[in-house]
Amino acid sequence: MAKEVNIFVENRLGRLQSVAAILADNEINVRTMTLQDRGEFGLMKLIVDKPEKADLALKDKGFASAIKDILAILLEDKPGSFNKLMLTFENSKINILDAYGFVIESNKQAVFCVEVKEPGNIKQILQQEGFKILEEELYEF
Amino acid sequence: MEVSYWNKEIETLARPDLEKLQLQRLKEIIGYALKTHFYKKRLEKAGLKSPEDIKSLTDLKKIPYTTKDDLRENYPQGLLAVAPEEVVRIHTSSGTTGIPTVIYYSREDLNNWTENLARSIVATGAGKKDVFQNMMSYGMFTGGLGLHYGAEKVGMTVIPIGGGNTKRQIQLMKDFRTTVLHITPSYLLHIHSKLEECDTKLEELALRKAFIGAEPHSENTRKKIEGLFNIDAYNSYGLSEMNGPGVAFECVYKNGMHIWEDGYITEIIDPKTGALLGDEEEGEVVFTNLIRKATPLLRYRTRDLAFVYKNACPCGRTHRRLSRITGRSDDMLIVNGVNVFPSQIEEVVMRIPQVGTNYQIYLEKDGALDKLIVKVEIYSKMFSGDINELDKLKTRIGEDLRASIIITPHVELHEPGSLPVFEGKAKRVVDNRPKL
Repeated sequence: MAKEVNIFVENRLGRLQSVAAILADNEINVRTMTLQDRGEFGLMKLIVDKPEKADLALKDKGFASAIKDILAILLEDKPGSFNKLMLTFENSKINILDAYGFVIESNKQAVFCVEVKEPGNIKQILQQEGFKILEEELYEF
Repeated sequence: MEVSYWNKEIETLARPDLEKLQLQRLKEIIGYALKTHFYKKRLEKAGLKSPEDIKSLTDLKKIPYTTKDDLRENYPQGLLAVAPEEVVRIHTSSGTTGIPTVIYYSREDLNNWTENLARSIVATGAGKKDVFQNMMSYGMFTGGLGLHYGAEKVGMTVIPIGGGNTKRQIQLMKDFRTTVLHITPSYLLHIHSKLEECDTKLEELALRKAFIGAEPHSENTRKKIEGLFNIDAYNSYGLSEMNGPGVAFECVYKNGMHIWEDGYITEIIDPKTGALLGDEEEGEVVFTNLIRKATPLLRYRTRDLAFVYKNACPCGRTHRRLSRITGRSDDMLIVNGVNVFPSQIEEVVMRIPQVGTNYQIYLEKDGALDKLIVKVEIYSKMFSGDINELDKLKTRIGEDLRASIIITPHVELHEPGSLPVFEGKAKRVVDNRPKL
C-alpha cells in the first residue's frame, strides 16, 4: 500500500507554511495535499516522495505526525473511469472513509487515493477489474 | 421601610443573650465533634477533652482551623458524629483533586437549616403570597434544595424547576405569575437577553424580587438587574460546608447580609498568617457551624474574602452583616455559579493518554453567561493520524470534565508544544471575564 503522511495542524496563520518549510528544508517533494477541517484544527494529508523522511522531519520539529496506509489507484483521465471504480467499491460492499484524487498527466492518467476501514480483499478485486494499484511508484510518477 | 421577621425573638436577641446562646450551642457541638474520629484527635491535642473545657467564646481560639483538605482526608466517615441511621441527607462535592467531600445532615440539622432560610426569605419581605421559582440546580448542589425547603416552610408556592431551559423558565414565569426568583446573577442577566426571543414583554411578568447568589457579584450588577427587571434583588450567601444557602442573607435594607449568628460563629482572619482581624477588616471568612450535629465543623476556612460590618442595621436584627464576597484566597473559579478548581481539570486531562503535558484554562463571557474553555495539547506519541480519533478524544475530554466539574466546557485541541510553558507554578488560568 502507498503511504500518506498525516499531520495535526492548528487553524492559525502560518501553520501550513511551517509544514511546507520543513518539507522544503528536507528536499521533500509534495505530490498532493488535502485537509480534513475541524474548525480550530485540521488534519493535513500529504502524498510525498519520501514519506518516512517527511514524517521524521516533522516529528523532529514537534509536529504530531503519523503515516497511514492508503490505496492509490491509477485511473484513466477520461469520463466513466471514476464511475467504474466506485461501482467496484459498491459491489464489494467496501465503505470509504476518506478519498481524494489528483491528475498526473492531463487527459491520460489520474490517481485516486482511498482510505478504507477494512481493506479485506479489495486489492485483488480491483486488480481483477483491471485497476492498477500504485505502491512506491506513486511517489516518483 | 417595612420590616418583617420569621423569628423575631431570635433575630432581634440582644447581643449578650445571643453570645450566651452561641456558647451553649458551641459546647453542645463540641460534644458531637468529640464523637468524630477526626476532631477527637485534634481537640484532645488542643487540650479539649470535654465540652466543659470551653468556658467562654474566646476559648474557641484554642481550636485549630479546619480546611477543605481535612474534609477530603476524612472522607467518607471521619467527620460523622451521629449513628448512620440518624442521617437523613447527604450532600457531596467533587473536591479539588477528585476526592470528594461529604456533609451529613440529621433530621434536626435539616430543620435548623430550613429555619435559617425561612428567616432569610421573610427578611427580604417575601412571604406566603409569593410564587417562588427556584432556578438553582437541585441535586448534590445545596443551592436548589436549601431554598426549596425554606420557601415551602414560609408557605410560598414553589416551582422547583432548577437551572437551565430558559424558554420553559420564561413560560412558567408567565403562566404562574412568578413573583420571586432564586437564581445566579449571570443567568438572570441571560434571561433578560432572551425575553424578546421568547416573545415576552416585561409587563407580562409579575416579578418583584430575586434572590441572587452562588457567584460573587458587585453592587453595579445588582443595580443593573434591578433596573432591567424593575425588581429588588437580594444577595444570598452560603456554602455546603455550612449547610448551604442561608448562612447570610440581605434584609430589605440591602446593605450587607445578616449572618444567622445563633447558627454560625464568624471570624475573619488574615489568610496568610491566620491572625484574627477586626470588624470592617477584610480577610478570609471562618465559620463554626453551631447547628449541625451530624457533621460538626469548627473554625472552617471558607477561602472566601469579605468583612463584617461594625454598625447595627436599621432593620433591628442584632445579627451582624457580612459584606459582599470580594474574592478567594485560593484558586477556585466560579463558573455560572458552579465552583471549579483548576486542579480538578488537571486531574481529568492528565489521565487521558492522548493528551500531552500542557493545558490551559480560559474563562470568557458569552453574552451574560460564563464560558469555560479547556485547551489541551495532543500527545505526539499517541497520534494515529485518524480524524475520527481526534473527534472522539475531544468528546471524551468534554464528557470526563463534565462528570468531574458538573459543567460542560468547550474543549480545544492544540499542537504539541504550542501552549505557553510556565516556569514553576504554572499560571494556566486566564480569566478574561470583565469584573461584574
